[in-house]
Amino acid sequence: MADTRETLLSLTDYSVAFDTPDGVVQAVSNLDLDIAPGETVAVVGESGSGKSQTFNGVFGLLARNARTGGAVNFLGRDLLSLSSKELDKVRGRDMAMVFQDPMTALNPAMKIKRQLAETLEIHRGKSRREAEREALQMLKQVGIPDAERRINQYPHELSGGMRQRVVIAMALLCQPKLIVADEPTTALDVTIQAQILDLFRDLTQSFRTALVLITHDLGVVAGIADRVAVMYAGRIVEEGKVDDLFSRPAMPYTAALMRSIPRVDREAEAVEPIPGRPPNLIHPPSGCPFHPRCRFAEEKCVRERPPLGEVSAGRRAACWFPFIDAEAGTGGENALAETANV
Amino acid sequence: MSEALLSVQNLSTVFELRARSPFAKAPKLKAVSDVSFDLKEGETLGIVGESGCGKSTLGRSILRLIEPTAGRVVWQGRELTDLSAEEMRKARRDLSIIFQDPIASLDPRMTVADIIGEPLRVAEPSLDRKTRRQRVLKAMEEVGLAPEMINRYPHEFSGGQAQRIGIARAIITEPKLIVCDEPVSALDVSIQAQIINLLRGLKERLGLTLIFISHDLSVVRLVSDRILVLYLGRVVEIGPRGDVFARPAHPYTRALLSAAPIPDPDVARSRKRIPLQGDPPSPINPPSGCAFRTRCPIARDVCAKEIPPLIPVEGGTHRSACLFAEEVLRSGDDIASASV
Ligand SMILES: Nc1ncnc2c1ncn2[C@@H]1O[C@H](COP(=O)(O)OP(=O)(O)OP(=O)(O)O)[C@@H](O)[C@H]1O
Ligand SMILES: Nc1ncnc2c1ncn2[C@@H]1O[C@H](COP(=O)(O)OP(=O)(O)OP(=O)(O)O)[C@@H](O)[C@H]1O
Ligand code: SF4
Ligand code: SF4
Ligand SMILES: [Mg+2]
Ligand SMILES: [Mg+2]
Repeated sequence: MADTRETLLSLTDYSVAFDTPDGVVQAVSNLDLDIAPGETVAVVGESGSGKSQTFNGVFGLLARNARTGGAVNFLGRDLLSLSSKELDKVRGRDMAMVFQDPMTALNPAMKIKRQLAETLEIHRGKSRREAEREALQMLKQVGIPDAERRINQYPHELSGGMRQRVVIAMALLCQPKLIVADEPTTALDVTIQAQILDLFRDLTQSFRTALVLITHDLGVVAGIADRVAVMYAGRIVEEGKVDDLFSRPAMPYTAALMRSIPRVDREAEAVEPIPGRPPNLIHPPSGCPFHPRCRFAEEKCVRERPPLGEVSAGRRAACWFPFIDAEAGTGGENALAETANV
Repeated sequence: MSEALLSVQNLSTVFELRARSPFAKAPKLKAVSDVSFDLKEGETLGIVGESGCGKSTLGRSILRLIEPTAGRVVWQGRELTDLSAEEMRKARRDLSIIFQDPIASLDPRMTVADIIGEPLRVAEPSLDRKTRRQRVLKAMEEVGLAPEMINRYPHEFSGGQAQRIGIARAIITEPKLIVCDEPVSALDVSIQAQIINLLRGLKERLGLTLIFISHDLSVVRLVSDRILVLYLGRVVEIGPRGDVFARPAHPYTRALLSAAPIPDPDVARSRKRIPLQGDPPSPINPPSGCAFRTRCPIARDVCAKEIPPLIPVEGGTHRSACLFAEEVLRSGDDIASASV
């Protein structure tokens, strides 16, 4: 990656492990990832690949049996070494998280107005009146119809889509530099999902907020992300600009993932599943974690783990036989095999 | 009409809710209203629509797992809604269902053998244990489960495997029709593709007729021959897959299609979207006339008067319940149909 890139959040050799009676779960392993100010990065991967735990760790929200390693640098400070009190200050003010279930962030017994205003009073030291005025303003900005009435209601009086808007309003109130949204639209209908994604797109642009969008839905990614990081078995296996990654995936897992999704805009006879299933993280496979499911796997893949290396400008992949030739920027051996197989 | 395997006629299901106070009237929730369609043998009908529009209630009402309030379900020429409990038990063999959440829908204390074999015990109580076990093993083989899993418990299985168990259970009575209620929604894409292909293969091999319920239009497009679009319990559009996807003739269908994510950054950026404002209204108090009018981008006064009939679309083989279907059709092919 170019050194000139400004970074807001930077994960270096970052790991998360869980101690369990069955052994140690290596949920996140030796992750390197930089997020620049204002950019939208999608983190994708199958269930259990480590997407959520990566950022739960950044926010200090891991379960008690977790251990972290490496460094998490945010605005020049190592978050992993902050006390929970210091971390509390950063959370909510400079960075905020939005979850799939809006109720995890909302207090069911408190009116919307109080919940929103309180954030501003605590983190920005606003007066009550000022905070409530800004809260109403923000509710309008996230497109809550009839905001004057809604602000005096309790969360259960709102629909799922509206609750998620309230949570987004709450996240944006302090004008954080980073929002991490973990499957924010997964529980919503496509029509509501489209509204929420539009909202993220507009608001991150107008506030210049960086957005990390965690999702398993590649369709959602295509519509919103600048860059994409693909995770598999706790590791980033490919990372690059959204157009590059979709038009020419550099490694077999990304390519297989793309081929396994049906498209609403095409007539198709079949989708191509990925055989097998994601690995066990207590006893991960040797070598490349994808090798038991990879149709290009060779001897070397079973023995040695491929490092996440640059395969072309701004593009990293962890594969011994990437489809893209780093020097020439063209398709390598696998790419030929790939086209022959489609 | 006579060639229909299943004929659903003016089916309605109303839930009586509890009154808010002893003096108030108990509100009625019309989950399914006046739904009609025919299904031919070997066909797959996809049912789509937003959460709460009545997809599951419709599927279950057809199988009489929920008792419909009005209308008829004619199965192979016989009216299901008139069958006695005993006759219905026999008919059950032909009719089966697969649920969304494989693990939750399985009893944790039953072994795989018990779970898969249960419908057989009900449908063919005279079968001896050995034959039943053989049938279980055969069903397991059909869905790609290793025979040694037969004595294991559901919690030991991944989502994809649990869904295979659910499918094996659904096919063990050798049914003719299976209602699949969001069978892949809880699964990861790579596993979802495995299950979709499994269902397609089974359908071919066993000559199944499927009702495939999903909120995911891309999955529905892949598996269905015909599409039924529900809004607030009513059919707003129905017809062959090709026409419904390429020439949607109801504004709601168009809005749904235009909101469905497409995994292609170029298309995602360039496609025109039809933004749909707000949430669906409450089915307890649906809007008068066309129920979609509160969110419809082209609604006008006349739409509030009467419920628009489901009528054939000019030059197409599908039917739409929009007073201005022709106008919707003419408004171009700017949605998901771009690269058909
Ligand atoms: N408290 C815990 N103890 C042990 N293992 C855990 C714990 N929390 C998470 N894990 C494991 O860590 C791994 C990564 O989990 P994570 O939640 O990050 O997955 P994910 O990619 O977000 O998946 P999903 O798409 O299902 O949300 C999983 O294998 C999970 O089972
Ligand atoms: N047993 C019941 N009693 C009362 N109301 C019910 C009952 N079952 C369903 N409903 C209501 O009927 C309507 C239709 O529900 P249904 O579950 O059929 O929708 P759906 O389209 O399957 O939704 P989803 O996509 O969320 O599964 C909803 O308003 C629901 O709340
Ligand atoms: S390193 Fe080998 S097994 Fe891993 S993705 Fe590349 S080709 Fe496949
Ligand atoms: S009948 Fe009117 S409100 Fe209903 S879909 Fe057609 S134009 Fe819209
Ligand atoms: Mg997660
Ligand atoms: Mg349902």
